[in-house]
Amino acid sequence: MPQARVIPLHRPGEATDSELPAGPSTAVAVGDDQIAPQWYRELAGLLEFARRRCSGDYGVDPFGFDPDLTDHVLLPLLRPLYRTWFRVETIGIHHVPADGGALVVANHSGTLPLDAVMTAIAVRDEHPAGRQLRMLGADLVFRTPLLGSLARKSGQTLACAPDAERLLDSGELVGVWPEGFKGLGKRYRDRYKLQRFGRGGFVAAALRTRTTIIPCSIVGAEEIYPMIGDITPLARLLRTPYFPVTPLFPLLGPLGMVPLPSKWYIEFGEPVRTDGYEPGSADDATLVFNLTDQIRETIQQTLHRLLIQRRNPFLG
Amino acid sequence: MLPSTVLVTGASRFIGGQLTVRLAADPDIDRVLAVDTVPPGPELLRRMGRAEFVRADLRNPLIARVISTAKVDTVVHASTSANPPHAGGYRSGRSTIKEMNVIGTMQLLAACQRSTTVARLIVKSTGAVYGASPLDQAIFTEHDEPHAIPASGYMKDAVEVEGYVRGFARRRDDVDVTVLRFANLIGPRLDTVLSRYFSLPVVPTVLGYDGRLQLLHEQDALAVLERATRAGPPGVFNVGGDGVLLVSQAIRRLGRIPVPLPGPAVAAVGWLLHSAALIDYAPEQTRFLNFGRVLDTTRLRTEFGYLPRWTTSQAFDDFARGAALRPTVDPKWIATAERGVLSLAGRFR
Repeated sequence: MPQARVIPLHRPGEATDSELPAGPSTAVAVGDDQIAPQWYRELAGLLEFARRRCSGDYGVDPFGFDPDLTDHVLLPLLRPLYRTWFRVETIGIHHVPADGGALVVANHSGTLPLDAVMTAIAVRDEHPAGRQLRMLGADLVFRTPLLGSLARKSGQTLACAPDAERLLDSGELVGVWPEGFKGLGKRYRDRYKLQRFGRGGFVAAALRTRTTIIPCSIVGAEEIYPMIGDITPLARLLRTPYFPVTPLFPLLGPLGMVPLPSKWYIEFGEPVRTDGYEPGSADDATLVFNLTDQIRETIQQTLHRLLIQRRNPFLG
Repeated sequence: MLPSTVLVTGASRFIGGQLTVRLAADPDIDRVLAVDTVPPGPELLRRMGRAEFVRADLRNPLIARVISTAKVDTVVHASTSANPPHAGGYRSGRSTIKEMNVIGTMQLLAACQRSTTVARLIVKSTGAVYGASPLDQAIFTEHDEPHAIPASGYMKDAVEVEGYVRGFARRRDDVDVTVLRFANLIGPRLDTVLSRYFSLPVVPTVLGYDGRLQLLHEQDALAVLERATRAGPPGVFNVGGDGVLLVSQAIRRLGRIPVPLPGPAVAAVGWLLHSAALIDYAPEQTRFLNFGRVLDTTRLRTEFGYLPRWTTSQAFDDFARGAALRPTVDPKWIATAERGVLSLAGRFR
């Protein structure tokens, strides 16, 4: 059935296989395509994806990022969480540049790093350029089986200066959560109180690569798993930074792992340019600390403003 | 300055042997000495042409006499390897390989240090010096240090060999030293741990890990070595093809079936394969396949002036073609299945 092979799907350029008979049959097939029902085209797309995956015929970047898998499997799986469950509202997406390197710096919360995932979907789906957010993750992520390889495939890499600078230099949009586990694993009573912003390594990376920093404030993630306790011996046993106790977990077992459906806001703030500073200013510790504080303060104030506007954590 | 008398170690192995063939075919080079513990095969020996074979063990001080009597000016140290020498028809253990690598290098460097004629040293090293770990940056440049050196294995050999080479370069700063850190070699004619691994009909991997592979085609490796021998600039250079393949992706590209197993099971399978003398599936090999390793080749392109002709995927596909591996799952079946399902679905629309 040669005409079945020609239906152009996601990648019209690639559909032309060498085994394709050229000439009139192609024209027939193209005409055929216009009347092909939606489900048929989706099936064909799925089959083409399956064939690509089975024959290893897809590209992976040196960091292990697999755009084919991310766009066709990971994002579609997570999108319902973004749209229906958390009903994420994105503000100020125009502050994210359409091309070139930039560093998105955001607050971190929610026991599990779903805020990073949602920010990535926000940038991919809401930005006109559909940019991929390359997230910088903790070493724990990459040490963990399954999670580590999945993280790399979804575009993450280890949070370290060489990787951050290489990504920024090659014009990627990089996301960083400088509070790390201190922010992610803080108690519910400390919600929306920013923790220390690491040692300002992200500012140094932006200064060195002369890229813009975009402060990003995420409201809603604190309420998904309200952490009211921490079973330290279990955490030590599992070698995790904490073992969370939420109102539903571990009480309800796996059911307690369903995040609460809070209403989310992700606001991208005014970009902070770093190209005005002299080359070598990344080694100026005072400047790095001041810039770090300035960005932290911006995010904290935006969080306060968004919280005042929000009436109910679940209804928005 | 063009070399006039070149000495190549590891000449009975693929890389050393083929390099000797290339150098012997170069009329600008007066004399080529090929050194190894075992003589090369008859076919290789024939192709080496005017090159002279010296049967010598690097661990033996005899090598110093060879260098001084022949007035060698360029030494290419290409014998260090992770793979046991098969050329002699026997398999040597890990301790022998280690001795060949480390003690051999020490003797060779000692000989070079005493020599008054040696002006250039080219060392075939490996990207293994950067290790393989989830705690390191994704891409290594030449000045990066390994995160942790394992207690044993080829990686430790490689780190030690480079340590001795650095020491030599300090003591004899009049000698130009070029260190080439190769990504994992692959090609249709090359027999390595990696090529044997991928030739298994069903390929075991560790569940939950998927390393990034950067490969270097055998022809590119030879071209870089030849260029370094003829006129290469001194320094340390990463050498590898463009792009990466994930281990699972590479296995599927061959039409083979990846079988992810839990860590301990892989260790058992590795031990079985090792005992069956099929593959040296050492723990460091598992680490490499779990996390992979990518080298930054900017310096190779700019300072050294060589652009690899094969990307990682091209090199891998060339290996697959050359090794004539029969795919366990034929890509034609997948295409047929795709067409079949589509035409079946077409009847219902």
